[in-house]
Amino acid sequence: MGIISPGFFGRRRRDVPGLPPGQHLTEDFPVLSAGPTPRIREDEWEFTIRTEAGGAHRWSWEEFITLPQEDVTVDIHCVTSWSKLGTGWRGVSLDTLLDSVESTAEYSMAHSYGGYTTNVPVADLRDGKAWIVHQFDGSALAAEHGGPARLLIPHLYFWKSAKWVRGLELLRHDAPGFWESNGYHLHGDPWREERYW
Amino acid sequence: MRSGWNVADVLEVRVETPTARTIRLRLPGLTGHLAGQHIDVRLTAEDGYSAVRSYSVASALPGDELEITVEELADGEVSPYLVTGLSPGDRLEVRGPIGGWFVWRPEDHSPVQLIAGGSGVVPLMAMIRAHEASANPSEFRLLYSVRDPESAFYRSELESMSRSSHRFTLTWVYTRRVPPGWPTPAGRLDAATLESVVFPPGIAPAVYVCGATGFVEAIADRLVQAGHSPDRIRAERYGGMDGSS
Repeated sequence: MGIISPGFFGRRRRDVPGLPPGQHLTEDFPVLSAGPTPRIREDEWEFTIRTEAGGAHRWSWEEFITLPQEDVTVDIHCVTSWSKLGTGWRGVSLDTLLDSVESTAEYSMAHSYGGYTTNVPVADLRDGKAWIVHQFDGSALAAEHGGPARLLIPHLYFWKSAKWVRGLELLRHDAPGFWESNGYHLHGDPWREERYW
Repeated sequence: MRSGWNVADVLEVRVETPTARTIRLRLPGLTGHLAGQHIDVRLTAEDGYSAVRSYSVASALPGDELEITVEELADGEVSPYLVTGLSPGDRLEVRGPIGGWFVWRPEDHSPVQLIAGGSGVVPLMAMIRAHEASANPSEFRLLYSVRDPESAFYRSELESMSRSSHRFTLTWVYTRRVPPGWPTPAGRLDAATLESVVFPPGIAPAVYVCGATGFVEAIADRLVQAGHSPDRIRAERYGGMDGSS
């Protein structure tokens, strides 16, 4: 326990199940982005997986939207310390996308429209842990929240859930993405408080 | 960056506006920081319950001291305590300073356009102060949008700097109420004002925009439409699209 602030009681008196250490609940949906919001039309959007051998698998919006869709309800945790519980999303599992790709790579770099990148171990993308989502709470995903489509990796801090995602590069070695080069942790597990370097 | 939690001493608490305080802290072992960085502050109650929030650093001091300016949020958990419950001599747990993106470095000689909405001026103030303290010859412009004259942070310092410095230009926008004798009525920052007071895209200024999410979204979109390259615009947003958080 740290320094006690006399007279400080705080708003949440109960332990909230599902809340990682150092996080607080928000009902709002804050927006954290490094620059302007890219405005990408569905008809210009495409998603590409590049393998470590140089192969490329590409999906247009039409192809992506006809893949098997999943509805997931998950908790999300931002490194700036807010968490939002029970958020509803619709999209395609990374298992579905990675199944059509031949690769033994253990690492990946997600790339976004606008130039954002974030690195994610492939093990954190497989086995029902990650999706490319295009709906939030039953509506098309708003541009400021990453629409038309974003990564959703809810078991890692939310900066790993790249907005405006356009592709995944499979890599033999780990390398830092955008925030990981600007002070944030390479992995980002909220339960282990992997926030900063 | 210094890692983990450290104990900071509260040296001074100053009234910035009726709802905001500037808090000067000493972080033993700190040796300066980058302009635009933030710190995390952790408050712990007697029963061990704790809450953490992030606050931008407002100062540009070289040593082991720094200042944050905290606006009290009506439904806030940490900010009311920092604004009304803190006195010199108190101690706080602090992590950071943190951040390597929304920062200005004195070795960058681009012209700098700063655009602030409300309390979003805080990290931009650190950049202005770092620039004034440096020999960096580039020109800085601040476009500062506030609700009314009383809600402006750092008014006297900004105005005296804009009078005395050839490297700093200040433009106010009042969205709800203007000061007596102000030449234009209150209103939101519109596209014409934005284009007439910010550096033109042709000289490729470094642009920093900070404020509530709706403000930053609107401004950044207009800047891109006006021809500013998205990769020259750095943004820091707070709250959801509907306003406060």
